Amino acid sequence: MALTKAEIAEQLTDDVGLPKREAKEVVELFFDVIRDALVENEQVKLSGFGNFDLRDKRRRPGRNPKTGEEIPIAARRVVTFRPGQKLKVQVEAYSDDHHKKLDAGSPDPSKH
Amino acid sequence: MTKSELIERVTALALERDVSLTSREVELAVKSIIEQMSDVLSEGDRIEIRGFGSFSLHYRAPRVGRNPKTGEAVELEGKFVPHFKPGKDLREQVNAAKKR
Repeated sequence: MALTKAEIAEQLTDDVGLPKREAKEVVELFFDVIRDALVENEQVKLSGFGNFDLRDKRRRPGRNPKTGEEIPIAARRVVTFRPGQKLKVQVEAYSDDHHKKLDAGSPDPSKH
Repeated sequence: MTKSELIERVTALALERDVSLTSREVELAVKSIIEQMSDVLSEGDRIEIRGFGSFSLHYRAPRVGRNPKTGEAVELEGKFVPHFKPGKDLREQVNAAKKR
């Protein structure tokens, strides 16, 4: 099951000993502050986890895949995430476990 | 914005919103949130933050790579890499800010 804000807050109560209300609030604040920085076109660097970068994309020709009609895609700004080294290594360890499980012939545990 | 600046801003915003949190508590909370997110991804699970976005793993197929120094071919196993998909609110707000 996916990790959500509610579960992060619960874990904070256990980990840090925050009361429920404060735990919930700090999770909201965490994502609000990151979002505010990105909206202000400010890069966010969380060492160990990764960087949120902003990229300005130019207008480009697009197409409605259903009708084939040409519709230009407007210039826009997008958020991209670049995982940090530590996170990449942790996730690769999962990849290795995953291969071992596949090699052992057990059913695929994930649906990526 | 770095992690320490994030901690400062969260502490300031908590004060503004009348939430009783010390900067020490915010520091521990921020570290725990990041650790929880890393751990969940490393177990192959997803993270879904409404309004912000979702994190999941994407599979990269096995391929033959090259040692950049020697030019020698190396077989690379398939692997998972973290991926972030911005949520609708974040996408729209970031894009609207560009037009300001």
